[in-house]
Amino acid sequence: MIPAAFDYKRAGSAAEAISLVSQYGDDAKFLAGGHSLLPLMKLRLAAPSVLVDIGRLTDLSYIRDAGDHIAIGALTRHMDVEKSPVLAQHVPLLAHAAGHVGDPQVRHRGTIGGSIAHADPASDLPATTLALGATYVVQGASGTREIAAKDFYKGFLESALRPDEMLTEIRVPKMNGAGWSFQKFNRRAQDWAIVGVAAWRRGSESGVGLVNMGSTPILASSVASAIASGASVADAAQKASAEAEPQSDLNATSDYRKHLASVLVRRALEEASK
Amino acid sequence: MKISVTVNGEKRESDIEPRTLLVQYIRENLELTGTNVGCDTSSCGACSMHMNGEAVKSCTVLAVQADGCDITTIEGLAKGGKMHPMQEAFMQNHGLQCGYCTPGMVMAAISLLKENPNPTEEDVRIGLEGNLCRCTGYHNIVQSVLACAKAGK
Repeated sequence: MIPAAFDYKRAGSAAEAISLVSQYGDDAKFLAGGHSLLPLMKLRLAAPSVLVDIGRLTDLSYIRDAGDHIAIGALTRHMDVEKSPVLAQHVPLLAHAAGHVGDPQVRHRGTIGGSIAHADPASDLPATTLALGATYVVQGASGTREIAAKDFYKGFLESALRPDEMLTEIRVPKMNGAGWSFQKFNRRAQDWAIVGVAAWRRGSESGVGLVNMGSTPILASSVASAIASGASVADAAQKASAEAEPQSDLNATSDYRKHLASVLVRRALEEASK
Repeated sequence: MKISVTVNGEKRESDIEPRTLLVQYIRENLELTGTNVGCDTSSCGACSMHMNGEAVKSCTVLAVQADGCDITTIEGLAKGGKMHPMQEAFMQNHGLQCGYCTPGMVMAAISLLKENPNPTEEDVRIGLEGNLCRCTGYHNIVQSVLACAKAGK
């Protein structure tokens, strides 16, 4: 399968990339690693008439200690997130989750920014950064703004990004020694999660993100509220699906996903509470 | 669009449509057909080749993204009529049955050992999760990779 024809523009800087998409409007898409976009284009589920290649903007590939948070350039590849000593020390949950994206070949190409901007509820990193209370920095023709992860995901493959805006940085608060767990339930190696859970806990504070439990990645706020008010892990896990509306598909019914979410949230919080 | 790619050590210049996939460019434009296309959906890994020294699935990379890059395909492994140690290990350990997945397996396995020179059996199994063998001949594939690692090559 070969994508439908498109014009190819290679951006030399973030500013040039933004100027190019502003020029072409809705018909243009950014191309980073291409591991979310190209499969859709091959299946004709996406047919942008212009691709603006931002894959060579190496100045947007970095992982930096920025005091209370770690700043990650949007074009940092999954493999670099997975193997980062800075993340292993300060945000081990994210490094671990990045090691579960696709397979090694996919992680050599796919980027954290591409995965988040694609806003797929079945992807691992949107839900993980949501659980961690990340902030996304986006740059547009009219300047830069910050969007909290919890305000970013608007619908299936829809985000708060405007057509002329580019995600440039992901800011993830340091975990400061919090316990954590990443649970990915699938039937075959390298598959998408049927349900996935990213969780951390520090005493009465916690964060739980759900993969593939609705049209967006889900922040399971009711679970965190229950933990904060002193509920047991088992009781808190019963609230796993309070914010979720999972779809039924070939892999699982909606009810099965809800059951699975409560089991996986319980396991995740048990591990994070050790 | 004009691109310049170093393939198996040789600089190749071509004028291609931007939508050309890397695997299609390698197989059809350069006529290097050692790389197979299996699923064409970045699942099976048959089309794995090295881009700047790392294994990638070339059905999910555009040839224009490889402009200026160093590409190694299965044809580029043997030197002076002598097989690459990984190819040799696959032969010695009967690491193939029908052979369709083999070019991709070998390329992925070399990339794996570069990142983890002393893998456990589990490391190899997890490290090759992006490559499917529909003969299900995984046992000897894993043995081949472990043998190559043990030989320290």
